[in-house]
Amino acid sequence: MTMQRPMACPGCAVLPTTDVLPPAADAHVMLSLPGVHCAACIAIIEKTLHAVPGVQSARVNLTLKRASIAARPQVSVAALLQAVTAAGYEVYELNADALSATETDRQGQELLLRLGVAFFAMMNIMLLSVAVWSGASDATRDMFHWISAAIAMPTVLFAGQPFFRSAFASLRAGKLGMDVPISLALILASAISLFETIKSGEQAYFDAAVMLCFFLLGGRYLDHRTRALARSAAAELAALEVPRATVLRAGNEAVLPIAEVMVGDLIRVMPGGRIPADGIVSEGASELDRSLLTGESLPVPVTPGSLVGAGEVNLTGPLTLRVTAAGRDSSLHRMADLVAVAESAKGALRSLADRAARVYSPLVHLLSFTAFAVWMWKTGGDLRVAVNISAAVLIITCPCALGLAVPAVITSASGRLFRKGLLVKNGTALERLAEVDTVIFDKTGTLTLGRAEVSDLDAHPQEVLALALALAAGTSHPLGQALAAAVRARGITAAPVSHIREVPGSGVEGIWQGGQVRLGRADWCGAVALDVTATYLAAGGATRAFAFSDRLRPGAKTLIAALQAQRKAVMILSGDTPGAVAAMAGRLGLGPADWQAGMQPADKAAVIAGLAAQGRRVLMVGDGLNDTTALASAHVSISPASALDAARVASDIVLLGQDMAPIADALRIATKARRRMIENFLISGGYNVFAVPLALVGLATPLAAALAMSLSSITVTLNALRVK
Amino acid sequence: MMEILTILIPVSLLLGGLGLGAFIWAMRTRQFDDPQGDASRILTGEWDGRPKPEP
Repeated sequence: MTMQRPMACPGCAVLPTTDVLPPAADAHVMLSLPGVHCAACIAIIEKTLHAVPGVQSARVNLTLKRASIAARPQVSVAALLQAVTAAGYEVYELNADALSATETDRQGQELLLRLGVAFFAMMNIMLLSVAVWSGASDATRDMFHWISAAIAMPTVLFAGQPFFRSAFASLRAGKLGMDVPISLALILASAISLFETIKSGEQAYFDAAVMLCFFLLGGRYLDHRTRALARSAAAELAALEVPRATVLRAGNEAVLPIAEVMVGDLIRVMPGGRIPADGIVSEGASELDRSLLTGESLPVPVTPGSLVGAGEVNLTGPLTLRVTAAGRDSSLHRMADLVAVAESAKGALRSLADRAARVYSPLVHLLSFTAFAVWMWKTGGDLRVAVNISAAVLIITCPCALGLAVPAVITSASGRLFRKGLLVKNGTALERLAEVDTVIFDKTGTLTLGRAEVSDLDAHPQEVLALALALAAGTSHPLGQALAAAVRARGITAAPVSHIREVPGSGVEGIWQGGQVRLGRADWCGAVALDVTATYLAAGGATRAFAFSDRLRPGAKTLIAALQAQRKAVMILSGDTPGAVAAMAGRLGLGPADWQAGMQPADKAAVIAGLAAQGRRVLMVGDGLNDTTALASAHVSISPASALDAARVASDIVLLGQDMAPIADALRIATKARRRMIENFLISGGYNVFAVPLALVGLATPLAAALAMSLSSITVTLNALRVK
Repeated sequence: MMEILTILIPVSLLLGGLGLGAFIWAMRTRQFDDPQGDASRILTGEWDGRPKPEP
């Protein structure tokens, strides 16, 4: 992207001044905006971003639902995120460096160029062919054939390269891929047509050869686009967790990329920040949210000497850590390796298209060769006729529609899902999603937002709430903030509490009516801990507990109801306490047999393996590190964009927005897409059943070949667009 | 009658070539990067494509 400098005066545009702002090393930031959908959104977001000081240019790409921003190096990404969130849009940061789409971009452009050239050639040759079909003869026909040859030969050489290359590669590997018959058809058709033209023969297949090129390149381009999207999704999602750490070196604080953090460094993690590397607490006390890693929703207290792991979220007090393992060696990455093992087991799955091609490819060769042999025998060795007919058979059986059938359906279906906020990372994910009969959910962070809300506010008198508000307002602990917000929402004002002081890792205390009051952890307040997430208030010798439950993700209820309506089995597997899971299952209308609590990562994977052994096809929806092995071992998996990167990498589909309801749509669309694929195979098979006998008996004129090819390709494409 | 072909064929090739040229130009200048966004942007009154000149 090029930057344009603002014009200071009309003259500057003509005579460039030398003292304009130096184009310093601009920071390039990419944001993912799942919620952007209209012209007004573009205007609002761009205006909002431009208003952030230091931003030089911001441009929203509506098709990709992304914004790319060029800003001065000192502009913090947090400020940008905050501005967009304040404007009312969901936003996630993407790592611009990891989005090096240049290579795939170049390939895509190259394919598109070949497609354009093939289209140009096809149209011009078609124009000439129509004249030949309608009865041009003698010198006129020869001239038309020569002009066609002049257009077709370079086109086939240029546009057919992707097929020739991959056919050559598969032949060298000793395999008979789909590109071998394609290349053979292209070469044979062009060669025989050139020969016929020289001999001023009647039939030339230039139009068929170029048309074959065009339709197959179309399928190839669609396929490439899906793959490129999937690949960039994997890269950008790995980058979603933008790794930076505040490192203390020689008394200075510096924000460094995580790759530059070394073992032994001191790093500081502020409340609300995610811990970037494994380490030991050397200073400070706080509480950590480990829900992404273990699934438990209750914060864990830490003091100097405690071990902390990368990925945990610091809640109350600032911490200084001494790094024990960073980057590749951290516990997060070791988990990712486990996932890679589980993933490789999945590679054995064959897609519908692969299976079809395996049956089809030998059949094409066999038919063409048989035609050649039979006609050689029948005509008593007339090579010209035999080669002509076997070329016609190759052209007609060539998997034009087959090459288009699957890419067109996948492109159309994944485009529709993208508009609904689901990013399909894997080409075969849709097929697998269509087969699902059991859906398993993780609880914390998946069915819930991982954000607490007070569940028993009515059980407390107003003066207690006023007191709790006074104390809770002074903390950044998520439970405290949720409590304060809930009490404020009732219109209650804070009680007069003085000397409010936060004790990191424990809670908040103050003086009220001459006595000490405390809000915080159970043991610190002298209360008996409940088995659900709670915070405790100690005042005047008595203690009270405020119980919290996690806020349901929007659409969770609708989704569960929709899944039950589709007769899928639904289960919750959580690492949290039984009390919390039971309450959640009750709210979602699930029975006691439908959930299991206290699950370790290996337990989840074992449950899925057990179900798979029973022949069930499992969809796993999860977000935490404890879900990654389960995500990788399930038949197909979905994770929300807020999930840990390991989980997102392990899953096949990513939910971009907060709302869960699109998952039900995804299942419906996937079923439809699979049906369309099979229909498309049947349609292109049907055309072959009709046209191949014609070709075999030598009745396939170039006109018939052109008709069969274009009709079948157009029907499968139109059928693919019916995915709704 | 067939003499007309000496004009028509080059003309048709030229027109087709023009189309191909336009397509390659559109591809090179990244006209296909954000089709949805470009379709929406035409509706807004905002300055677009370059920063607003300072008053």
